Amino acid sequence: MAINASAFGKIVGKDQVLTENADLIPYGFDGTAGIKQLPGAVIFPADTAEVAASVKEAVRQDIPIVTRGSGTGLSGGSVPIAGCLVICLVRLDRILEIDPANLTIRVQPGVITKDIDEAALQHGLFYPPDPGSMKISTIGGNVAENSGGLRGLKYGVTRDYVMGLEVVQADGEVTRLGNACVKDVAGYSLKDLFIGSEGTLGIITEVLLKLVPRPKARKTLMATFSSMEAAAEAVSRIIAAQIIPCTLEFIDQVTLQCVEDYCQIGLPVEAAAVLLIETDGHPSAVADEAVAMEKICRDHGADDVKVAATEEDAAKLASARRQAFSALARVRPTTILEDVTVPRSELAKMVSFVNETAEKYQLQVGTFGHMGDGNLHPTFLTDEKNAEEMERVHHALSDIVDKTIELGGTVTGEHGVGLAKKEYLSRQFDTTGFAMLKLVKKSLDPDNRLNPGKIFDPA
Amino acid sequence: MRALTLKDLDYSVLQQCMHCGMCLPSCPTYESTKRERHSPRGRIALMRAVADGDLDVGAELAEEMNYCLGCLACTTACPAGVDYTTMFETARAETEASPLTGTVKRRFLRWLLLNQVFLYPGRLQLIGHLLRIYQNSGLDLIVRKLKLPYLLGRSIGDLEPAAPQMNREFSDECIDLWEHPPEGVKVRGKVGMLTGCVQSLAFADVNRDTVDVLLHNGWSVFTPRTQACCGSLHAHNGAPLLARQTGENLMSQFEREFPGLDAVITNAGGCGSHLKHFSSVIDADMATQWDEKVKDIHEFLVETGYRIPEGSEAEIHALTYHESCHLCHGQGIKSQPREILDSLPAWQREELPHSDTCCGSAGIYNVLQPEESARILDRKIESIEKTSATCVVTSNPGCHLQIQGGLQKHGLDISVTQPVSLLAEAYRIQSGNSPVDKS
Ligand SMILES: Cc1cc2nc3c(=O)[nH]c(=O)nc-3n(C[C@H](O)[C@H](O)[C@H](O)COP(=O)(O)OP(=O)(O)OC[C@H]3O[C@@H](n4cnc5c(N)ncnc54)[C@H](O)[C@@H]3O)c2cc1C
Ligand code: SF4
Ligand code: SF4
Repeated sequence: MAINASAFGKIVGKDQVLTENADLIPYGFDGTAGIKQLPGAVIFPADTAEVAASVKEAVRQDIPIVTRGSGTGLSGGSVPIAGCLVICLVRLDRILEIDPANLTIRVQPGVITKDIDEAALQHGLFYPPDPGSMKISTIGGNVAENSGGLRGLKYGVTRDYVMGLEVVQADGEVTRLGNACVKDVAGYSLKDLFIGSEGTLGIITEVLLKLVPRPKARKTLMATFSSMEAAAEAVSRIIAAQIIPCTLEFIDQVTLQCVEDYCQIGLPVEAAAVLLIETDGHPSAVADEAVAMEKICRDHGADDVKVAATEEDAAKLASARRQAFSALARVRPTTILEDVTVPRSELAKMVSFVNETAEKYQLQVGTFGHMGDGNLHPTFLTDEKNAEEMERVHHALSDIVDKTIELGGTVTGEHGVGLAKKEYLSRQFDTTGFAMLKLVKKSLDPDNRLNPGKIFDPA
Repeated sequence: MRALTLKDLDYSVLQQCMHCGMCLPSCPTYESTKRERHSPRGRIALMRAVADGDLDVGAELAEEMNYCLGCLACTTACPAGVDYTTMFETARAETEASPLTGTVKRRFLRWLLLNQVFLYPGRLQLIGHLLRIYQNSGLDLIVRKLKLPYLLGRSIGDLEPAAPQMNREFSDECIDLWEHPPEGVKVRGKVGMLTGCVQSLAFADVNRDTVDVLLHNGWSVFTPRTQACCGSLHAHNGAPLLARQTGENLMSQFEREFPGLDAVITNAGGCGSHLKHFSSVIDADMATQWDEKVKDIHEFLVETGYRIPEGSEAEIHALTYHESCHLCHGQGIKSQPREILDSLPAWQREELPHSDTCCGSAGIYNVLQPEESARILDRKIESIEKTSATCVVTSNPGCHLQIQGGLQKHGLDISVTQPVSLLAEAYRIQSGNSPVDKS
């Protein structure tokens, strides 16, 4: 499967094609631990036409394609297939239009997530999805993974903001799906098929996103607990009290210590668990909710509740939480992160089960996550060079997945299946559902051109 | 002694990077090219590939490590605690030791600067004297007009415009071996003063100001003559053995008074970050004590307390602060210089966007990688233009020269100075002396 690189050079320009070993090695991985593979070539198209022409050329040469944004994915989605063509979209990085009348923004897929919200801010508007990686992840990657963020509880995930897409299909034809209408029931909602498709159905070359008015006020609270279960219970109580704060994040002691080691902002490292809570909206509603949530936390075992005094302090806390995953890498060489999600009522059970499982297999685990969404990231701190320990990690992961499914949950809440969660996917679907997944792939990409072997093995 | 190689490096140092990509937005070379190999995690991947035996130490790796600024923005950005400095210095040393790497021009320039100029303080001073005569004579303008640098051959020619404007007096000429606080100021202790190599010649006035500020605050100051280079340029440019030699030379100049000194003061960010880690290159008791005594001037003033200058706020000008990489990323000193600037009566500080992004000077990077350095400098100047400042303040001779050059090139009427100079000036104004003529 040797690539004829010069054919791609004619499309994107010779200097936009990489084939040397030293150029390819840094494209051999994404943010996922323990998975790497060398591509045959990496190309950097400048626009939709170049993407489409490149796909057609790949069809001609019969080589698989892996689409890549910034490579921060946590399930191996943009890890190459051996010898494949990587189409990296970082050069498609223009914000095309902001429409304050219709509250939309049209962007190319390589735009960095945070830049979208900053552009919206100029018009007093807001793009809420804020994955921990937002300073570097691309919107194309966010759409392809249907990424969540810290504000998911109140504002939803990327899907809730995608109104339209331009997609290059597996045969190189270009199509536009969706539109700027708030309501649209014309035919199947095809754009939704591509959201969360992990680069297996098409290449997203343009995104039309919904914006919302920017909340006028915001308050951030930090509550400390002496047990993880108590924290989980407090979360359930807040939701049961019909309060929907925008953020309800959870950090356990191991994670807290790592984050504090990095950012040194005086986090309460002795606490067994911390909840980071943020409410936003109308100033009086924000004030009321903050008081009510503080009381619920105190009534349900919080040792202390602090309110961030300034915007700056609040931003520091949120940023500290965003660093959680990477900061955990301080402890051991390899960090293997889970993304299990359960209905919120089952959170306390899930949290206890994770701890019991770590104990059972004698593993070190740090847990953090989007508690309000029921989305936990238990992260095993281990060493990929220790085969015996990795074996135990594997058993622990498997047990956690089984428990998640037993509790009515999902194996991945936001990171996608990719390669990392592939072996668990069939446990969550019944046979008919699983077959339907493959049917969709087969009808849109019959030759298995796009990201083959991700999510599930080719039929 | 053989220099350390990537293969001998403790593997956990390389493995520490979990390739999350959180460092990418802070890296100036990734910002320029958007290519992974020019990013911190890309470079780490290449180094790891060498350790794993998947990549040879050849021209490719050398080129990449030379393209890296060594600005250490990635270490500040990395939540995982990756020790990029160790990897970077090891990789540079290994590529420099390899016969397969580098162009003739680059090798010559590097040899000239590291083995000839910066190794011998006497030679550096001599060059300084010659440059001073040359610049004062106006000959430099004639030489540039005639395009003589090109006739000299590109390599030496390239160096010429990068050569800093020399001070009228060098440090040894304007600072005495021992100086004591003026009458009426209570003596608090004794400190040593590091004059730096470039700082000592091109910014002797900043050294003078540093000493003045120390004296004003009750510190007696010991300044050894003709000080050796600290070796930071050598360590960052893949010459660890020369780095050790220069470090040892420098320490020996302080030896006599060393036990009685409360601190050894440095005012150049780039030197400080290296000077605080002598124990990692020099195996001696003194090196460990040395590391504890070395203090950046801003750090020292804020830690021990300094006299806040008083003055009338008749006319207030806007300044902005550019952070030297090795001060903020290398030493983690971010708030202290700002605190000092904010205490000046005649100035209002405006935050510089991306203040902690490299200006492209990066040691001798601007000489070895002029094109990328110019790109990075242009972005810095753009940020400066976004503020209303009439003055840029920074605390490293390399940054000072680089930014001054950039402002000139863009025809901007914005001055460049250093925090201690403004503090010294404020003290002078307060005590009735008019500011010293620094033209
Ligand atoms: C520290 C850290 C924190 C994170 N926090 C969160 C979080 O809070 N929430 C969350 O949901 N995720 C999080 N992530 C995961 C990751 O950042 C997201 O999945 C992100 O959306 C990936 O974007 P990317 O540009 O890096 O995409 P990549 O990793 O390059 O690609 C991801 C997938 O999308 C496909 N793809 C990329 N661009 C396109 C395109 N234009 N068209 C079609 N397919 C495409 C790729 O083939 C791949 O399958 C985090 C990651 C890190 C490292
Ligand atoms: S250097 Fe740090 S921030 Fe950068 S990819 Fe590696 S672990 Fe992540
Ligand atoms: S030292 Fe600077 S240039 Fe080099 S990788 Fe780190 S951030 Fe990039």
